[in-house]
Amino acid sequence: MLRAEGISKNYYRKRDGSNVFTAVQPTDFELPEGQVTEITGRSGSGKSTLLNLLAGLLAPSTGKVWLDDADLYALPDGALSRLRNRRVGVIPQGQSGLHSLTVLENVLLPARLYGRGPVPEARARQLLERMGIADLADVRPGDLSGGEMRRMAIARALILEPSVVLADEPTGDLDDGNTAAVLELLRDTARQGAAVLLVTHEAGAARYADAVYRMDSGRLTRE
Amino acid sequence: MIGKLSLKNLAGKPGRTAAMVLLAMFLSFSIFAGSLTVLSLQQGLNGLEARLGADIIVVPYEATTKFDVKSMLLQGNPGYFYLNRSFADKVATRPGVEATSCQLYLASVSAGCCSVAVQLIGFDPESDFTILPWAQETYHGEIGFGDVLVGSDISVPTDGVLRFFDVDCRVVAQLAKTGSALDTAVYANMETIQALIEASQAKGLNQYNDISADEVVSSVLVRVAEGYDVESVKNDINLHVRKVVAVRASNMISTIADNLTGVSRLIGAFIAAIWVLSLVIMMIALTMLMNERRREFAILRVMGASRRKLAGLVMAESALTNLLGGAAGVALAALVVFPFSGVIEARLGLPFVLPGGGRVLALALGSLAACLAAGAAISAVCAARISRIDTSLILREGN
Ligand SMILES: Nc1ncnc2c1ncn2[C@@H]1O[C@H](COP(=O)(O)OP(=O)(O)O)[C@@H](O)[C@H]1O
Ligand SMILES: [Mg+2]
Repeated sequence: MLRAEGISKNYYRKRDGSNVFTAVQPTDFELPEGQVTEITGRSGSGKSTLLNLLAGLLAPSTGKVWLDDADLYALPDGALSRLRNRRVGVIPQGQSGLHSLTVLENVLLPARLYGRGPVPEARARQLLERMGIADLADVRPGDLSGGEMRRMAIARALILEPSVVLADEPTGDLDDGNTAAVLELLRDTARQGAAVLLVTHEAGAARYADAVYRMDSGRLTRE
Repeated sequence: MIGKLSLKNLAGKPGRTAAMVLLAMFLSFSIFAGSLTVLSLQQGLNGLEARLGADIIVVPYEATTKFDVKSMLLQGNPGYFYLNRSFADKVATRPGVEATSCQLYLASVSAGCCSVAVQLIGFDPESDFTILPWAQETYHGEIGFGDVLVGSDISVPTDGVLRFFDVDCRVVAQLAKTGSALDTAVYANMETIQALIEASQAKGLNQYNDISADEVVSSVLVRVAEGYDVESVKNDINLHVRKVVAVRASNMISTIADNLTGVSRLIGAFIAAIWVLSLVIMMIALTMLMNERRREFAILRVMGASRRKLAGLVMAESALTNLLGGAAGVALAALVVFPFSGVIEARLGLPFVLPGGGRVLALALGSLAACLAAGAAISAVCAARISRIDTSLILREGN
């Protein structure tokens, strides 16, 4: 499904005399379909950088990322963007609501970006239901709590039934109940055939994962 | 999709949207109001030039110090000097003079018809080549005793009769607008003028002393025959006919033309200043806006919006605000220039004639197009910049 070959990421900045800083050491990595792959690690260890590399949002310093047989960074921006829209659901870190749209419109936006036909509104409402924010469908993100907005972002990432889901600390600001709901949803998404990457600090998340990796100063190791 | 999202973005931030609309409004207002004014002044000048209809104007020598065509045309105050008709006959015999026509100016009178004093002018309908061509509904009949032609600013009563010194005059035609004092002039044949002079004397007003419309004229309008140089014919008249001065008609309105050039330059500079200022502010505002909206664009990228789509969104949003502001600016300019054209004319002291509907429409569309093009150029720069954002970097900033 999603494969990375020898990818690494260097940032250029002043640090310890050298001005090259390696956020992700060269590594091979694969997200198998139907499985939840978890990456844990300290803050600043390079998890988000790796996730962005896999999402096609950040060009690697070395290596390639393949989605099936498409070499992501060899594609022109238009094709890569379309591919991400159709096949990759990204839950970015931080708040990601568009404030001029309602919660429901936010969730449906990926479907409207390129599509002309009817939007999967039933699925959107069902995802909101599952995230426990169905009653907030017509509210604007500005009126949501951090946790509610995060759950909206999760529903949005899943709206087009992506074959790859990349979640960057999706339970960061959720209480235990909601954390369990989100992890279960990701788990079910994998059961339906998606390759799911879960970047998290959550100690209990390993229960939902098929494979667990650790990121340590840019070095990825399987546990 | 981009269209709907841009509409929602604009509706979601009314204050921000209003500011952008206002900037576009400055652009289209200034260019439309400015160019419409310049065009109207140009029309006024052209009309005046055509309306003088003569190549050379001959006036009595005493008049030269006081006769000022600008004050005659714009204030309706010709200065009253008279010249014996025999001089007119002499002018007519000079080589190169194809046609002559005499006019007689009487002091302006207040009349019930008009809020301003009207200028009574006598002319010879048989030899005239400067007045009749401007009758609005081409008048082919005779100009008999008691018949008058009136300027466009004179309101003609429904019965078509104007009274001067208790003499009833029948309005037979109204003349096209010139944007000058000629618009409040009343033209009659010499017989009628003579009757008016006598009527004023009979009423004890004695406005006109003892001039006789059969014997004197105020000016002789000359048309130069083809193949003759206007300047040489003018010099010839000045050399051979005593007690008169011949002036080229184009020279007489050259002060007006000079003023017009000055005013046009001023308006041009004014438009340029507003444009530079508005465009700079627009650029700064858009840049700040794009900066503030970086995260919003990064989120769209995460969802799979291409760089082109982001640029399209930025362009669509500014096209909408520019269209709205541009149209509002044009409408506002029309609301200012049309009703206040009289005030503008008085303020500038220049003839002012609004162009026809088709030209106004073309000018309005052109102004709107210029505003849209300038706005598009500015937003294209910002759109190009925003489409190159580093999504992963911006996502980090949120935390
Ligand atoms: N654009 C960047 N420029 C320079 N350094 C960066 C950039 N992005 C991330 N880093 C650095 O790379 C390291 C890894 O960051 P990140 O991937 O966000 O870690 P994590 O998600 O595990 O907390 C951090 O030290 C961070 O400061
Ligand atoms: Mg991170």
